[in-house]
Amino acid sequence: MLHTVNKSPFEKNSLVSCLEHAADGSAILLIEDGVYGALNGSAVADKVKSVMGKSTIYALGPDLDARGIADKIMDGIKVVDYAGFVDLACENDKVQAWL
Amino acid sequence: MSESKKFLYVNRKAPYGTVYALESLEVVLIGAAFEQDVQLLFVDDGVFQIVKGQDTKGIEMKNFSPTYSALGDYEVTKMYVSKESLEERGLTVDDLMPLTYEDEDDDWAEKDSIILVNKDEIAALMEEQDVVLSF
Repeated sequence: MLHTVNKSPFEKNSLVSCLEHAADGSAILLIEDGVYGALNGSAVADKVKSVMGKSTIYALGPDLDARGIADKIMDGIKVVDYAGFVDLACENDKVQAWL
Repeated sequence: MSESKKFLYVNRKAPYGTVYALESLEVVLIGAAFEQDVQLLFVDDGVFQIVKGQDTKGIEMKNFSPTYSALGDYEVTKMYVSKESLEERGLTVDDLMPLTYEDEDDDWAEKDSIILVNKDEIAALMEEQDVVLSF
C-alpha cells in the first residue's frame, strides 16, 4: 500500500511512526514538509535508510525544489512529480496518510 | 521620537508547510519600519526558511525567501542561526543564503548578517530582549 507523510520529521513523529508501521513492499511518499525526511545526513536519515530495500521511498520533486533541498537528499530515494504521485495512488490498493 | 526596544523574532517553523514563516517576515518588516532594534533567530525547523536555492514554481506558492536578503536594507542586521538545529538537519552554514548588510559606521562595508549560536547563547539572547515574538 501507499503511505504518505506530509509533516517535518523534526517537528512530528509522523515519519518515524510510518517507517515503523509500514509493511515490507510498501511505497512511502514524502510530500510537503515531509520531504525534509529525505535529507542526507540528518538525525532521521539512518531510520529512513534502514527501511530502504524493504520498501520504496519516494519524494515529491516540486516540494523538494520549493525548499531548496533537491540536491541534498539521500541516494536511493526516488523523486516523482505530481503525475507520479497520481500513478502511485492508482497502483496501490490503499493509501494511509500519516498526518 | 520614542525609544526603540530590542525585539527578537523566534522562527521555529519550516516555510510553505504552514504560514508562520511568511507571517513572521511581515511582522519583522513592520518592526523595522517602526525603527525598532530587530533581530531574528532561526531555530529548529526555522533554519529551513533561509536555505538557499528555493524554487516554488512547481508548488505554485510565492517564494518569499529573497525577502530575507533584503532585510539588511531595513537595518535588520542580526540573523542568529542555531548550530545544533543545522547539524540535526544535515545542514551547514554553506547551505544557507548569504545574508549581508552594509555597515554605515564602517564606510558601508558589506558584512555578514548570519551569526551561528549554540543553545547557551540562544538562552542568553532571549534573556536580553525587551520583546520576544514567536513564530
